[in-house]
Amino acid sequence: MSDLEVNVTVNGRSFRRRIEPRLLLSDFIRHEIGLTGTHVGCENGVCGACTVLLDGLATRSCCTLAVQADGRSVETVESLGRVNNLSPLQRGFWEKHGLQCGYCTPGMLMLMTELLRENPNPDRETIRLRLNDNICRCTGYEDIVNSVERAVELMRGDKAVR
Amino acid sequence: MAEAGKIHSPPAGRQKERPDQRLNVIGTRMLRKEDPRFLIGRGRFIDDVSMPNMAHAAVLRSPHAHARIKSIDKTAALALPGVVAVITGEDAAKETGPLPCFANPPVEQRCIALGKVRHVGEPVVLVVADTRYIAEDAIGLIKVDYQPLPAVSDMMDAISSKGDAVLHPERGPDNVAEHRNYVFGPVEEEFARAAHVVKRHLRWARSGGQPIETCGAVAGFDEGSEKFTIYVNSSMYNYIGLTIAAALNVASHQVNLVPVDAGGSFGSKLFLHKVAVLAALGARASGRAVKYVEDRIDNITACDGHGSDRAYDVELALDADDRMTALRYKVVDDYGAYFQFGLGTHGNGFSQTVGPYKIRAVGAEIYAVFTNKCQQGACRGFGSEVTNFMIERIVDAAVEELNLDPIKFRYDNFIGPEEFPYQIPTGNLYDSGNYPGALDMALQMLDYDGWREKQNAARTQGRYIGIGIASCQEKGVFSATEFWMLNRAPGFALTSSPESASVKIDATGKAIISLHAPCWGNSPETVATMVLAEQLGIDPGDISVTYSDTDHGLPGTGPGGSRYTVMITGAVTGACGILKEKLKRVASHMLEAGPHDLEFRNGKIGVKGASGLEVSIAEVATQSHFFRLSFPDDPDLTSGLDANYTYDHPLATLPKSDSDFGIFYPIMGHMCHMPVVEVDVKTGQVSFLDYVAVHDCGTMINPMTVDGHVRGGTAQGIGTALLEQFEYDKDGQLLQTSFQDYLMPRIGNLPPQVRIGHLVTPSPYTEYGVKGAGEGGRMVAPPAVACAIEDALRPLGVRIDALPVTPSRLRALIREAEVRKATR
Repeated sequence: MSDLEVNVTVNGRSFRRRIEPRLLLSDFIRHEIGLTGTHVGCENGVCGACTVLLDGLATRSCCTLAVQADGRSVETVESLGRVNNLSPLQRGFWEKHGLQCGYCTPGMLMLMTELLRENPNPDRETIRLRLNDNICRCTGYEDIVNSVERAVELMRGDKAVR
Repeated sequence: MAEAGKIHSPPAGRQKERPDQRLNVIGTRMLRKEDPRFLIGRGRFIDDVSMPNMAHAAVLRSPHAHARIKSIDKTAALALPGVVAVITGEDAAKETGPLPCFANPPVEQRCIALGKVRHVGEPVVLVVADTRYIAEDAIGLIKVDYQPLPAVSDMMDAISSKGDAVLHPERGPDNVAEHRNYVFGPVEEEFARAAHVVKRHLRWARSGGQPIETCGAVAGFDEGSEKFTIYVNSSMYNYIGLTIAAALNVASHQVNLVPVDAGGSFGSKLFLHKVAVLAALGARASGRAVKYVEDRIDNITACDGHGSDRAYDVELALDADDRMTALRYKVVDDYGAYFQFGLGTHGNGFSQTVGPYKIRAVGAEIYAVFTNKCQQGACRGFGSEVTNFMIERIVDAAVEELNLDPIKFRYDNFIGPEEFPYQIPTGNLYDSGNYPGALDMALQMLDYDGWREKQNAARTQGRYIGIGIASCQEKGVFSATEFWMLNRAPGFALTSSPESASVKIDATGKAIISLHAPCWGNSPETVATMVLAEQLGIDPGDISVTYSDTDHGLPGTGPGGSRYTVMITGAVTGACGILKEKLKRVASHMLEAGPHDLEFRNGKIGVKGASGLEVSIAEVATQSHFFRLSFPDDPDLTSGLDANYTYDHPLATLPKSDSDFGIFYPIMGHMCHMPVVEVDVKTGQVSFLDYVAVHDCGTMINPMTVDGHVRGGTAQGIGTALLEQFEYDKDGQLLQTSFQDYLMPRIGNLPPQVRIGHLVTPSPYTEYGVKGAGEGGRMVAPPAVACAIEDALRPLGVRIDALPVTPSRLRALIREAEVRKATR
């Protein structure tokens, strides 16, 4: 099958590329655009490490074709804060030890970004329910829940989660 | 023979920094140095590494458990545009030797199967292509003609395998990799005079670390210097990395191994050799840099890192006062197709084989067998987690059969806080501990009596609530000297297990620490920074940490065996000792005072008793780097401020014999876990109502990260207890080859909260009294959860002898118990 041209907006920038129709969105983001913050864990949609937002919806990029993102908007971990200006969610993860090896973290951050946009004031049970989507092998999750709760606190006194 | 008991003339230690001093940084919950880069997606994991003109490799895996490779037709694959190289086992054998093996005699393993495949997933062909997609296309075009051989899947069958079912006929006529009988102390005598003997058959299933990142390597070969550069998410490259050079048939200085951030390991990346050799082989064959990163199926089927897979027959001897006197077991361990660490996972267990109890003698008959499965590697606990399960299950069995109180029985049998340092029958030493103290703390935190009341009330309503108790050891800081006694012939017999740190203070007073082992998701940068900040008073924000490759590496053994925090604390402390001398020497000229009249205070060096007379470390650093002629022509006043320090094992002795291993794993942590579970007897579902975890890892550098280890390790231990298993069918086909089948804990499987208590019994042998803490949760949760389930179902008489306790298995046990009751 011949290559197709796609135009994908990633973190607000438009990228026009000719790609194989079979190219996975995760590979497009990592290798075509060069944003390596999105990680690949299981490659069949179970672990959620590759989670990005596609038109605002948390999406497994390892099970999505890049052509499916044509004309649409992708947000990755790189759209959040920088080291000297972490977003409230990133800051919450830092303060509450919500990560250890850091490999599942970008997926967790994007999953929780979606949640906090839907519901800027989720209770603990709501956070836990959504976290059940992704796998973290290091933390036992409890500190991730604490991190999101901390982010909610920071957001109340801070700007909205980006 | 080692006699168990308190040692009255304990070995002298090298501890310089006492645990009882006032500390400013150590012990605080400093936020991690590692985190900001991970939080913005700028960690550097193996798949993030690129080299110029890099090609990509994929592996054709064996679909057979056991087969001869009759022929391989790679014509069509080679003809596919974009394919650079197609390498079979025979091709690879011309360029590479066997992979490293620490058993002796070694078991030959190749990076690509040569002549025969011995498990599903074993590499058969390596394809290098312009892209991973093309490499995988090419794999589909390769035709392999296999002649299937009998598959050995059952560990008991393996003992009697013959003929074509033998995996490694060059080693002997059967599949017994090793059969050893160890006797530590008067085992026969104790059993002969025992008042009671309690027996159980126990089964611990094969699981694995399964970090979310797989294993991988990126390799380049420079023809000019005839040297490989290999990025790999392995550890131990500054320890035994030279064995990778040996596998590549080059000298050790012709390979530079470069560390990257590892996306979790849990032991499974302890010493990766296959991925590094495959990538390097591809690079030399193709003339291009090559990336090989396992996909999840590669990792599950062929990562060389499955965990222990054991069946025990255990006997415990008790005297008339219900004191445990001796433990005897026969264990069969299914090592899979190869034997990279030999009996290492059993030697590890010998470090704490009596648990926290005053058991005087231990007998261990070990059968290690080959089967057509992925081989075992390290898995959080390195075999000692299974030893803990065995000990606590037989303790629970004694409690049940002799109708004892589980708390009092433990108190009566614990090694007392006054009995340290304590030698156990294997010769290993427990440096310190307070086991009744941990049990007390757990009982109080849980409100044990309150839960017993709730349990009784629930039973009257037909609800099954159970309280688990497990008191377990967490050995810390291996010396690896036990390997001397694990091989029949001297094999992997070294006595060094060092760790180094290099500290440089630049001309502006900022510090750079180089570590000589990688970041595994533990917190080495945080720990090293905190120790340096404690030592010199430098602001943690003015410290950065980097990781040396093998070209620049000093002796380093790396994270594993709950050793790394202890060891880098020692290494950074040692480097700071050298720096302090130099700083004082330079400052003494600046302040016109003798070096002995100077002291360190808050990042400054000042004259004792004179509060205004001081210089900052930054001022000294500037002078030291740039103004040599301001100082006398003293050979000790060389320009610059830097120090390397190699910290050796804080306390190890030479092994003596098969019945006395000497001191090899003495920095002994301890934990007491008490889960409260409820079992739904209709579905077999186990849920958590409460969970208390008391840990004693001595002085904590950072209680926040210790808590993280406890929670994460406990989650993995719960996974081992309830969910995780690699099962092979009778044909040797693996039934769990993705995360859809290999179930790991999600948040819903875990307790809503793990309530953590810390007891602090500092080590008298390590700097500041630090002990290891990385493995503990997984080393105690499985027996604790098993005990809780058994306790919940006591009215039905269900016994938990095997893990994992999946809902279907638990339902089967409940059904059997109901039938037993009905027919009684």
